Amino acid sequence: MDAEIIAMLGQDGVTNGAIYALLALALVLVFAVTRVIFIPQGEFLAWGALTMAALESGHFPATVWLLVGCGVLTLAVDGFSATGRRSIGRSLLWNLAYPLALAGLLWGLSLAELPTAARVLIALAIVVPMGPMLYRVAFQPVAEAPVLVLLIISVAVHLAMVGLGLLIFGPEGSRTQPFSEAQFELGSLMIGGHTLVVLAASVVLIVALYLFFDRTLYGKALRATAINRNGARLMGISPALAGRLTFFLAAVIGVLSGLLVAPITTIYYDSGFLIGLKGFVAAIIGGLASYPLAAGGAILVGLLESFSSFWASAFKDVIVFTLIIPVLMWRSLTSHHVEEEE
Amino acid sequence: MNANTQTRAAPGAPSRLSPKLVLGVFLVLLAAAPLVLPEFYVTLLNYVGLSALVALGLVLLTGVGGLTSFGQAAFVGLGGYTTAWLTTAQDLPGWLAFIGSSPWFTLVAGLVITATVAVILGSVTLKLSGHFLPLGTMAWGISLYFLFGNMEFLGGHGGLSGIPPVSLFGYELVNNGQFYYLVWCFVLAALFTTRNLLDSREGRAIRALKGGMVMAESMGVDTSRARMVIFVIAALHACAAGWLYAHLQRFVNPTPFGLHIGIEYLFMAVVGGAGQVWGALVGAGVITVLKQWLQDILPKVFGSAGNFEVIIFGVMMVIVLQRARDGLWPLIAGLVPVREAQKTIDPAATPLVKKPQPPMGETILEAKDVTRKFGGLVANNNMSLSVKAGEILALIGPNGAGKSTMFNQLSGVDTPTSGDVLFRGKSVAGHSSREIAGLGMSRTFQHVRLLPKMTVLENVAIGAHRRGSKGVLPAAWRLDRDEEARLLREAAVQVERVGLKDFMFAEAGSLALGQQRILEIARALCSDPCLLLLDEPAAGLRLKEKQALAELLRRLKSEGMAVLIVEHDMDFVMSLVDRVVVMEFGEKIAEGLPAEIQSNPAVLEAYLGGV
Repeated sequence: MDAEIIAMLGQDGVTNGAIYALLALALVLVFAVTRVIFIPQGEFLAWGALTMAALESGHFPATVWLLVGCGVLTLAVDGFSATGRRSIGRSLLWNLAYPLALAGLLWGLSLAELPTAARVLIALAIVVPMGPMLYRVAFQPVAEAPVLVLLIISVAVHLAMVGLGLLIFGPEGSRTQPFSEAQFELGSLMIGGHTLVVLAASVVLIVALYLFFDRTLYGKALRATAINRNGARLMGISPALAGRLTFFLAAVIGVLSGLLVAPITTIYYDSGFLIGLKGFVAAIIGGLASYPLAAGGAILVGLLESFSSFWASAFKDVIVFTLIIPVLMWRSLTSHHVEEEE
Repeated sequence: MNANTQTRAAPGAPSRLSPKLVLGVFLVLLAAAPLVLPEFYVTLLNYVGLSALVALGLVLLTGVGGLTSFGQAAFVGLGGYTTAWLTTAQDLPGWLAFIGSSPWFTLVAGLVITATVAVILGSVTLKLSGHFLPLGTMAWGISLYFLFGNMEFLGGHGGLSGIPPVSLFGYELVNNGQFYYLVWCFVLAALFTTRNLLDSREGRAIRALKGGMVMAESMGVDTSRARMVIFVIAALHACAAGWLYAHLQRFVNPTPFGLHIGIEYLFMAVVGGAGQVWGALVGAGVITVLKQWLQDILPKVFGSAGNFEVIIFGVMMVIVLQRARDGLWPLIAGLVPVREAQKTIDPAATPLVKKPQPPMGETILEAKDVTRKFGGLVANNNMSLSVKAGEILALIGPNGAGKSTMFNQLSGVDTPTSGDVLFRGKSVAGHSSREIAGLGMSRTFQHVRLLPKMTVLENVAIGAHRRGSKGVLPAAWRLDRDEEARLLREAAVQVERVGLKDFMFAEAGSLALGQQRILEIARALCSDPCLLLLDEPAAGLRLKEKQALAELLRRLKSEGMAVLIVEHDMDFVMSLVDRVVVMEFGEKIAEGLPAEIQSNPAVLEAYLGGV
């Protein structure tokens, strides 16, 4: 193993780590605000990537039908518990009119000729709205349930989404075009343009999230909800809105991570789960609470993965997921009071 | 158990069926099934049985104990692969080859290996708060799965084949019909032992894990040990299922031990009703049959092959958890009106041994300059007080004076920043509330902490936890009945003593708040203490009840009990106690006889804001 290989593995590790960092941030965010451990994060990643792949090959992305279906379901749930005509009107707009309009638009466009930026936007426009819809249908009715119930629901949603993914994308995997084909030489090290795109996108997203939480009213509302749900509610912040907004952000992050990762690895309908879980290992390193620790943990996971795939490729997942054990051990040593769990 | 059936059952109503009859019919049906059902259904029932075994472990772990595991399939894999490897590997060293010579030896080997792995994983993850544990189980679930698939000697992803059949008394179980009886013997044994376990001293401790940990610790229950116990039991059930699976299939590969199957096991427990042993059976049946059926029809509907049943399972789980969080069992139990068997109390059981009470006048508890700071806030500042045997001391003060903080320092729930707490001359500051309970201090809580679904009798019996010693195995096989009768007798005595005799078998959650406070006193008394710490015992009581409580406390005092009481009801306090300590802003502002306190200017100032 020479310096060149180390540099190459390091580059791989940091690239993947940046993506895990994004996922870890989203997981920490969702958990802090809604207490949901967001297992389906990986499905947003996979659906984003596969929608992009469909757009690139000029196919009509089947995720649009899922969006329409999700919208109808959300509308139905809204309809059963509607409080006013205005809320139904809004629900109709977002859950029925929007998906159908999007489907019509895509039907009219010749997908194969779109520029990359437009594809990215379309992929986001299709998959991201399913985040808040998912919150509305699966989690909002039980928002006050114990963490463990929310977790089991989360796992159930993940399973259903994997099944749907198989149904609409089939068992074949896809890889998408890198955002940049450029190659840069740095001494003896070749740096791929896509690596830089991934790093830049991650940094931009992280900074944007920071600004959102620090400078905007909605961001502050989410932070308030994360710190004290009841207090925030008494100050007029709707927990339902906070939940939907959080799921929206998580879906954006999920889809963007999917777009970033798809040129590096072939993505299958069920790839999201393992990638998402690695984000989890990172988030757990941060105790599901600290954003910088989670990001640091993500880079660590990425590096560990790339180096272990060099030494013992068959065992790379074993090694990554076993990392969680010393981390948990360290966590359990630092907390020793008997707590009530609910 | 059977919270639902109990509320609907008017005990002894003639229209109800005897539980023994229902169980008998079930057993007969079970035994006759392979004789009358076609082969296909017998096979299906075999798989239902295997899953039920795993789900039963999860009922104990998740439904009763509140610990969620997605990784049980990995333990199934440990059981399956252990026997598969040992019975098929060719050139093993002598002693391993000997173990591999019979599946029965490999079952034991698998159980030993699984218990070891479970203890290691448990000691790492079980201390973690709620959500870390399930995430941890996912992680090791995946790790073990990949290990099975990547180990050369375990056949990689291709697996191991040629596993010999199990023989019983020289008779080989080769077909499904024969194996059926083996599977269901395991399931019934597991059901029987789990039910027994839950109805015992250890079982009450386990049932306290969900929502009653602080209470259980201060009643002397080692909750981390109880968590480990159910974790290992659940793992062993899974391991046994894996062993059966390997010898039923005569072939293993990693697929059935993956995380998704682990999730499916958890679904079974939740769908069936995670709090009920029979729920495991229902859940395993429903999911296994549904899966079989969906795997038949869904590919035809969707026109391609794949695991589409997970879509339905996922949606079904969301609906069950949103609409019927207790699962299907309560609904089914409602259809078959089974009479609820009531616990019997044996008044002839030998009374439990009592610790000798300290002599009257001995100083039982002494706090010396106890200070507790939370950051900049000084909640207790240089607090000193002492209680003697045969004395009732009241700790009073306005809201926010630091009484409850002081209480927590004394009872080991919290540790003082400085100062010392002496219990019978021994320093207990910084010791766990469990140790302190063992020394003879027992308490009640300001916010009532009891297990609302358990009966009054059982709640009180938790107090006697440390006075019994029979562990999990004797409980599972009913070798603990002598001790159990003595514990229940003691609990019944205390329930009667505090005047709750009429509610002995009622659910604790159905009592009025005042009665629940009294129940807490009975539970505290059940631990045979020499010091009682009572946090606002009279709140929510009616006048008659208050008088009865005062009468009880006087009687305890005359027997030599030391009592420290925090209370707001001044009439109650002043007519009852021997001495009063008054706190304000974390400090002691007065101490003395009730009459002195009532005319103390500092106290009047604190309560009335200056006169």
